[in-house]
Amino acid sequence: MGGNSPCASCKLLRRRCAKECIFAPYFPSDDPHKFSIVHKIFGASNVSKMLQELPLQQRADAVSSLVYEANARVRDPVYGCVGAISYLQNQVSQLQMQLAVAQSEILCFQMQQELAPITTSPVLLEGDDKPSLFLHQNNLPQFLTYSSSNNVIFDSFKKESFLGQDMIFS
Amino acid sequence: MVSTRCAACKYLRRRCPSDCIFSLYFPSNNPQRFAYVHKIFGASNIGKMLQDLPVHRRADAADSLYYEAHCRIKDPTYGCVGIVNLLHQEIYNVQSQIAKIQAEIAFLSTNEQSDETQYQQLQIAPNLDPNFLSEQKGFSNSFDDSSTWFY
Repeated sequence: MGGNSPCASCKLLRRRCAKECIFAPYFPSDDPHKFSIVHKIFGASNVSKMLQELPLQQRADAVSSLVYEANARVRDPVYGCVGAISYLQNQVSQLQMQLAVAQSEILCFQMQQELAPITTSPVLLEGDDKPSLFLHQNNLPQFLTYSSSNNVIFDSFKKESFLGQDMIFS
Repeated sequence: MVSTRCAACKYLRRRCPSDCIFSLYFPSNNPQRFAYVHKIFGASNIGKMLQDLPVHRRADAADSLYYEAHCRIKDPTYGCVGIVNLLHQEIYNVQSQIAKIQAEIAFLSTNEQSDETQYQQLQIAPNLDPNFLSEQKGFSNSFDDSSTWFY
């Protein structure tokens, strides 16, 4: 795209939008914010070099990811995208603990069934002997503890921050 | 005189002033750190970003910028976002596993309750002599009449 309608990047940079402008396919003129945010964080020159080093079919995805990172950095100037990674890693940790608890629960069930199978024939009992077929499961032992500072990629990240909304990159 | 320039000023081939904003976060013993951030963000942008932050937040910011630059150099198409995607996928996978196991637990609980009900229906009252049935006149060792067996 070029000629009569400069792309968003050339508009911002106030230059003529060449026919082979590297930005034009990815930064249309109807979305000026997209380029301005990428330019603010990475710089037009760096973005241009990055795109030139990539094959054509990967450039659209690269631009999308750069926009995502730039937005993350604007929302969180200290941690940027890394804050989101830290948050998601903690979520994964918590879910893995839940999974471990659920797996131990089902293991208990399976052990119950193996230890005391129910029979259909009548049982004549003497005295107060009654088989305890059903072990009531109370609280499972809380052997798993959660540390709020684990799973952070770099040891220097002591505080966590996360994006205000879930930005799923597609 | 030994040069005490930071990695940034060495890279940019300039004098390192005493108030150099980069010096604390890009020491001369780790030239790669500044090289990476410079390649992706540019020295000018890094300087502006650090300037806009309070001093006590700059170290973390420099670390995160280095990490992002490192990811982008390793994966020029997706950078950090590739890791975000992987984590989203992992969250989905683990949630699916949890849901599956919880469904199994619910199923087993339901079976357990119905088995318990069945057991209670078959249970004989305590203190019952096993020979009682055979001693009763006209009484057959049968369980057709369940009312005989329950209080």
